[in-house]
Amino acid sequence: MLPMNHQRPLLTVTELTTKIRQVLENGFSHVALQGEISNLKRHTSGHIYFTLKDKHAQISAVLWRSRTPFLTFAPGDGMRVVVTGRVTLYEQRGIYQIEVYSLRAVGVGELQLAFERLKRRLHEEGLFDQARKRKLPEYPERIGIITSRDGAALHDILKILNRRLPSLEVIFRPVRVQGEGAAAEIATAIEDLNTFGGIDLLIVGRGGGSIEDLWAYNEERVARAICNSRIPVVSAVGHEIDITIADLVADLRAPTPSAAAEMVVKDRQTLLETVGKYWYHIHETIQSALVGKRETIRHLLSSYSFRKPVDLLRQSSQRIDELERTLATAVTHHHAMANSTAGGLQRRLLALNPELTLKRGYAIVSRNGKLITSSKIPTTKDVLDVRFHDGVVRSTVS
Amino acid sequence: MASKHSVKPLTFEQCLHRLERIVEQLERGDIPLEDSIKFYEEGITLSKQCLEKLSQAEVRLKTLEKDAQGKFRLFVEKPNEND
Repeated sequence: MLPMNHQRPLLTVTELTTKIRQVLENGFSHVALQGEISNLKRHTSGHIYFTLKDKHAQISAVLWRSRTPFLTFAPGDGMRVVVTGRVTLYEQRGIYQIEVYSLRAVGVGELQLAFERLKRRLHEEGLFDQARKRKLPEYPERIGIITSRDGAALHDILKILNRRLPSLEVIFRPVRVQGEGAAAEIATAIEDLNTFGGIDLLIVGRGGGSIEDLWAYNEERVARAICNSRIPVVSAVGHEIDITIADLVADLRAPTPSAAAEMVVKDRQTLLETVGKYWYHIHETIQSALVGKRETIRHLLSSYSFRKPVDLLRQSSQRIDELERTLATAVTHHHAMANSTAGGLQRRLLALNPELTLKRGYAIVSRNGKLITSSKIPTTKDVLDVRFHDGVVRSTVS
Repeated sequence: MASKHSVKPLTFEQCLHRLERIVEQLERGDIPLEDSIKFYEEGITLSKQCLEKLSQAEVRLKTLEKDAQGKFRLFVEKPNEND
């Protein structure tokens, strides 16, 4: 019924949307926008969706995955940020949104608030309780280090460890330590080193930086991973003034990576002295035990029961001495005597020599080497040896 | 797969604690001389083991990586030339 008296072109939804899109994209191709993040969602595709709002208005925002590596901190709900980007129109749903190129926190205050909120929550949950914390091993031999490959932290830690206790083994797990995704990598690395096993303690950290740089260590995921780790964790984040959530949850907080290395191992000299001390102790105790036993033996030897045989021995020995003296005297005497009667003796010996007797016409009769001193001994057919002074004659008894 | 840790050598800490215990035993002094000698010999062996463990000249650095299948691999890091 209503006449089409307005001379306006009829547009399709698509046509209108396209026109609006052109206006928007040309008019707001580069904006810097301040607002508070809410309703932030990390999609599995890697894109991040959120709403930027202030008191009276809000706008949808999207950060494509390709931009996330450039983030210096992980954005979260409630943070006040300045984003740069361009306004676009999402045609299918007819909504406009801002495509974010960069994102930074507005002042320290906002991050500080987020920090305080998480801190209060985890504190109430008991994650910072000393009673929950694990005891650090006194003599670790295998240390896990979770930090970036490029930062100074790894180098600093290794330098100190090499100086203090070069007998260590270090298992290094490189991670990104800042920007979007850093917290997830750190948390995963902690879990992985636990799974891998055989590691005595973990050093988790990085060199100093701005609060945004250190933000990964203020994230709940990292806090939970540290809390759930079976391996004791030493946090070593930044310079001394920065305290992160990770520091509060860790079993020990080192102010810097170098300090962590100093704190976790005793230096070699101390250990050598300890071993040396024990060795010396063992040696001394054994030595004195042996001296003690020797004393005991000496004491026993001087006791009566041992002394008796000794006395006997002494008496015997004395007797031997006497005998020896006597013998010596006797021998000497005899010798002297023998000497003085040498001539007479020789003569007597010569007289006893049977040769001479034989020469005088006697003979010695023997049977099988045995002397026959009687005529009654031999029987008929006996073979007898008859020895003269100059030979033997074998003869048979008839 | 056979574990290469099937015969686990004592850790430095275990070595040191055993040494400590031996010292205590010997100091009590109420053990037979023959046992003391055994403790002594064990103590010397343990001391040597401890010293051997401490003798390594440089930290062994290995990098742990995880492949797509979730399997771990250790890489020995080349020492940095500017260290």
